[in-house]
Amino acid sequence: MSNWLIAWRSIQQRKLPSILTALSMAMGVMLIVAVLTILGVVEDSFRNKSSLGYNMLIGAKGGSLQLTLNSVYYLSEPIENIPYDYYLEYLSPEQRDAEYGNSIQGYAYDATWQTLQADAALTGGGFGGTAALLDGFILEAAKQATAKQWDYSEFFQQLENKILPIEVGRKTKYHGYTGITIPLCLGDYFGRFRVVGTTPAMFDSLRFGKNASKEFRFSEGRNFQTWSEDHGFYEAVVGATVAREHNLQVGQEIAPSHGAADGDVHAKKFTVVGILASSGTPQDRGVFINMEGFYLMENHAKPITRGEIQPLTEFEETDASGRTLPLPIEQREVTAVLLRTREVIHAVFLENLVNEGNEAQAALPVAEIRKLFDLIVEPIRVLMLFLTTMICVVSGISILVSIYNSMSERRNEIAVMRALGAGRWTVGCIVLLESLILACGGGTCGWLFGHTLNWGAGPYIEEFTGVSVGFFDFAPSINVLALLGSQPTMKFELSMEFLLIPALVLLAAIVGFWPAVEAYRTDVAKSLGK
Amino acid sequence: MLELTNVEKSYLEPDGSRLAILDIPSFQLAAGEQTAMIGRSGCGKTTLLHVIAGISHADAGDIVLDKVQVRRLSEEARDRFRAHCIGYVFQTFNLLPGFSALENVILGMSFARGKRDVTRARELLNRVGLSHRATHKPVALSVGEQQRVAVARALANRPSLLLADEPTANIDPTNQQNVIDLIRNTCREENISLLIVTHAMEVADQFERIDRLEDINRVTQSKHGENTENTLAQPEVY
Repeated sequence: MSNWLIAWRSIQQRKLPSILTALSMAMGVMLIVAVLTILGVVEDSFRNKSSLGYNMLIGAKGGSLQLTLNSVYYLSEPIENIPYDYYLEYLSPEQRDAEYGNSIQGYAYDATWQTLQADAALTGGGFGGTAALLDGFILEAAKQATAKQWDYSEFFQQLENKILPIEVGRKTKYHGYTGITIPLCLGDYFGRFRVVGTTPAMFDSLRFGKNASKEFRFSEGRNFQTWSEDHGFYEAVVGATVAREHNLQVGQEIAPSHGAADGDVHAKKFTVVGILASSGTPQDRGVFINMEGFYLMENHAKPITRGEIQPLTEFEETDASGRTLPLPIEQREVTAVLLRTREVIHAVFLENLVNEGNEAQAALPVAEIRKLFDLIVEPIRVLMLFLTTMICVVSGISILVSIYNSMSERRNEIAVMRALGAGRWTVGCIVLLESLILACGGGTCGWLFGHTLNWGAGPYIEEFTGVSVGFFDFAPSINVLALLGSQPTMKFELSMEFLLIPALVLLAAIVGFWPAVEAYRTDVAKSLGK
Repeated sequence: MLELTNVEKSYLEPDGSRLAILDIPSFQLAAGEQTAMIGRSGCGKTTLLHVIAGISHADAGDIVLDKVQVRRLSEEARDRFRAHCIGYVFQTFNLLPGFSALENVILGMSFARGKRDVTRARELLNRVGLSHRATHKPVALSVGEQQRVAVARALANRPSLLLADEPTANIDPTNQQNVIDLIRNTCREENISLLIVTHAMEVADQFERIDRLEDINRVTQSKHGENTENTLAQPEVY
């Protein structure tokens, strides 16, 4: 019969105190595991730079952390916007020119030159005649705009002054640094989830995970399109969590609410054309709608008010064939731009370049999150770990008290074992094993409880942090060899949870030592008589 | 086989003086021999068994069992020697309450050999008539059954000497005889020397050899010599 079994039988003999003692240890370990895992997984998820697929954010001047929380994790309160033409500076000249094709300036520019060319050809009037025609055209365009209750008087005034800022073919300011550029328009909600107006590039071009190697997959349907025959500009893709929580299916229509979860619901509805497979990224919790459709929703057009005439807020124009026209870029804004720089080093240059200007700010999301964790989360984690460790130490002391209190009634048993031939070391070892079984048994239960707690609290954690934590999520790994003082180049990484094993063994040895010494010192002859 | 020469044992009193318990010039027990040791309460019978078993360390003298000088062994060696060569039956049975009857028998083997011989343990339980109670914990056994398990446990390692400390003191008269028969017959069958300490004259009278501790212990000879006859005629405890 092994010493383990003898120790186990002794524990069984004192069922209630043993269960209570192990339970207190289980509670302590449960809390440690929960703290380590939840904070670790959340931190890991926030810190993991390669999981985002981009390395820079451009947004309105203000708090860079809020920009990060808003644009990357779809958390926190909505932020200010940046001008659309500023966003265009991150695109290629060709893309910018194409965007200006959908501008009032562009329409006027094109129409002007077409008219000028036609008239000049007819009249042969030379440049002077062209200038006169241009003036006439601008006046006519201004009248038409005013009739439609748009007030572009300042813009037309600029045109009148022969200043056309389109600068077709001009090199854009920041395109030399950018690889992937994805605009975001935030502010609307679908239930508790954020609605993100963006381009199809969000899922066509962006990659996530280690080395940005994973593509976003659709569990159902497809990516939204900029324009489709079936749904026009109004297509949407929903994240896995959103679909699950709202029981959404492809083909269903959804209507975002304006400005807040309980804001006015937009009349314009979007058709769900795709449901994302769970990726463990913040995209799981987003509703992604076509940016063109986003702009065409009521209250989303930027009011460019000059003078007394108020612009229409529900802008929807159609072309000659009846097809809805996109909102002109003068009426657009973006909340943020996600950038993946061509080279990692470009991020530093670009950040400085953007921040020196007055239009926007650049933020490195990974650095922002690291700052947040270093300043706030890490101290909280240390404090919580200290408190939970203290709980374990108190549990360890309760093991000591439990075993020590039982020693008086167990002296006879120990003496009998000694009389049967057990050595002093053997009985001491049996008592130590009892302590070990209680600590490690309680610890194992605590580990299971901790992960069950994570699983149970997963939806709430996801709601507050945007990170999903499941039963099989472990605390982040650390280099055990570095802990033992080895060179940082030598690595043996292990989840921090596994360090609980030697910690519990050590704790058991410490708390079991005193009772074990008592057992060791038991006077057999005296105790047999009791 | 067992030979005691000039064995002395005393205890330290609270006032610092020493209280002599044993001073035995000579005592022998041959292999397979059975003897009943009688003596009045407090005369040192249990102490004598403890000293022989190595549970208590004698102050002086030689204790030779199977040609091994028990007193000269280290404590650790004495523990091992006791586990291998000496069986011990206690007055209060001293079965471990958390273990079944079978496990109690196996327990003794574990300390001696580090491994369990379940077949031998079952065979012993069968011999004491408790094969059907093997899985029962002591609390579920009658007093007589408990003592029979204790006997089986003491015999588990095939010891050369069985020490029994008033094995019938706490059991009813019917079971007393069964237990005595069981111990004596088993010792006889396995050629085990038996030293049984008892108050009960009806138990002692069954033995061919009876030793009176007061006769072999110089300490009690001097203190109680004149009272020995009365004490033996009227044992104090049953």
